[in-house]
Amino acid sequence: MNVVVCIKQVPGTTEVKINNETNTLVREGVESIINPFDTYAVEEGVRLKERFGGKVTILTMGPPQADVALKDCIEVGADEGILVSDRAFAGSDTLATSYVLSKAIEKIGDYDLVISGKQTMDGDTGQVGPGIAQRLGIPFVAYVSRVDDISDGKMKAERMVDEGHEIVEAPVPCVMSVSKEINVPRLPSLRGKMKAKSAQFTVWSAADLGIEENKVGVAGSPTFVMQIFSPKRERQSEMLEGDSAKQVSALYDKLSEMKVI
Amino acid sequence: MSIRVIVENCTGCGSCEAVCPFGAIEIVDNVAQIKDNCNLCGACQDACEFEAIVIERPVEENAEEDDSSGVWVFAEQFNGKIKDVVYELLNKGRELADSVNTELCAVCLGHNVEGVEQLGEHGADRIYYFDDPSLAQFQDDIYTQCMVDLIRERKPKMLITGATALGRAFIPRVAAIIETGLTADCTGLDIDPETGFLLQTRPTFGGNIMATIVCRTRRPQMSTVRPHVFKKGMPQAGREAEIIKINLNGQPSDSRVKLLEFIEDVTERIKVEDADIIVSGGRGLGKPESFKVVEELAEVMGAAVGASRAVVDEGWIPYSHQVGQTGKTVCPKLYVACGISGAVQHLAGMQTSDTIIAINEDPNAPIFDVATYGIVGDLFEIVPLLTAKIKESRS
Repeated sequence: MNVVVCIKQVPGTTEVKINNETNTLVREGVESIINPFDTYAVEEGVRLKERFGGKVTILTMGPPQADVALKDCIEVGADEGILVSDRAFAGSDTLATSYVLSKAIEKIGDYDLVISGKQTMDGDTGQVGPGIAQRLGIPFVAYVSRVDDISDGKMKAERMVDEGHEIVEAPVPCVMSVSKEINVPRLPSLRGKMKAKSAQFTVWSAADLGIEENKVGVAGSPTFVMQIFSPKRERQSEMLEGDSAKQVSALYDKLSEMKVI
Repeated sequence: MSIRVIVENCTGCGSCEAVCPFGAIEIVDNVAQIKDNCNLCGACQDACEFEAIVIERPVEENAEEDDSSGVWVFAEQFNGKIKDVVYELLNKGRELADSVNTELCAVCLGHNVEGVEQLGEHGADRIYYFDDPSLAQFQDDIYTQCMVDLIRERKPKMLITGATALGRAFIPRVAAIIETGLTADCTGLDIDPETGFLLQTRPTFGGNIMATIVCRTRRPQMSTVRPHVFKKGMPQAGREAEIIKINLNGQPSDSRVKLLEFIEDVTERIKVEDADIIVSGGRGLGKPESFKVVEELAEVMGAAVGASRAVVDEGWIPYSHQVGQTGKTVCPKLYVACGISGAVQHLAGMQTSDTIIAINEDPNAPIFDVATYGIVGDLFEIVPLLTAKIKESRS
């Protein structure tokens, strides 16, 4: 059971705040972290390896320093890491990114399952997983909340849909994205930390993957960010003043006017 | 396409560094340096007073030879009924179609779907209806193939899909096959009056910044939109649409992903996404037991219980209650936020509510920026008092 887990390094977004005076993002002290949704994907990969044997390969695309994220995955039980890194990839949108990652997965070759988080914390699109599946020509199962079994070339799993849960069966190899409900990621073990310290990672460039340059980076990305701005808000709220009793009675009157009580 | 700094013009003032949303500029030896993670958004160019940053953009291609036409809305159904989000998208789609003088089409895949014929009353001019027993339930592969074939044949200008679990799973595959751009979770869709391009505005970086995205050279321009982001329009009784039924002759009747069983979610008394009134709790509650205060108010008001991400991550309440960017987008008649400071992620999920009441200790909490009525005070006093007063008025 060889698993490829795709992860992304993102800024620790909870600390990204807007400076209200200059209307810019405050980036001081913001560290890069593994996209939180991807930590569930890594954990599930490691759990499947523990259940069915095989190995877990972590795959990420990013700048050279993204190898830190790979180290974090080794600490929690992954076996190896591959960093796909090339200046040519800068500015890739989800279409171009899924192309690059699918080429890397083809090069890895020997895999049964590809796992990703359900979306990233910075882009929030959730489009790369299904894009990879399409390019590899294999099925995609979204929002998996439980893997029941993998045997005889088939995976049985539970996925979340808006109205509830579905039990589905998909042939392997396939791509799945996992939801937060699937597991509780483990903390690094001492053994894992030792292993991560000496871990070496494979780095692949565009040329290594035989990638067509016009399909990646800005040239290969049909979407184009035309403008970026801070959401502006002006306070227009009516503040209800006085002591608690007065405030509640004023609020009660408003609710009565609205006929909601 | 490239970005460069004209060293002679650059004063090293740092105003570009400050505005870069990606942290991709650094001032080294009094000159701006652009790092690898630049995505050429142009924020620095606008901020530079010395014309020291140049972004070379490719010449606008193909606006003239663009032979695509029509705004399409994916008419998602569940159990043979059209989903509410479809009516919201048709209302927006009508506006977009009118501003580029084209027709509005709905695309429905299913079997014996109730309401397909009435989509005309909601603004559609034409309905493409794939009616086949094998399409009754969502089938990843078949849905993808049907949509791709129809797009290739008819060449729509735009395709808008609800950002439902289904839409988010299958539309990216369609985009990957067609090799066109797809913008997720748009909160604004407009037409650029000069180019006629679809301006797709969406929150990014957890809602901290808004980005307007265009897809210039490839068609269709594809977007997903969350339920409740746009409003439904008033249906026009009797307005008719042309219905084109499409048979699945020769199509595979089998999907690789097979549905074995469906388990309906019955844990929530009232689903937050369907509720007219939502009472939500946040970190200001202090501890999980305090959710009782919120639940009691919700009960007397017949409201659903919502929550901020912070308390869901703490495990105080299940994820299905989470409102916000990574939870559910809601648009109730009334939203009562108790002890929620109003992180941008949360606001992105509830700020279109008709009326918002915020109760918070901190007068500077951002939740007051979007509130209709605000109360600065101790929620443990205010909320139980309100609950009691409503109860009293009923007895």
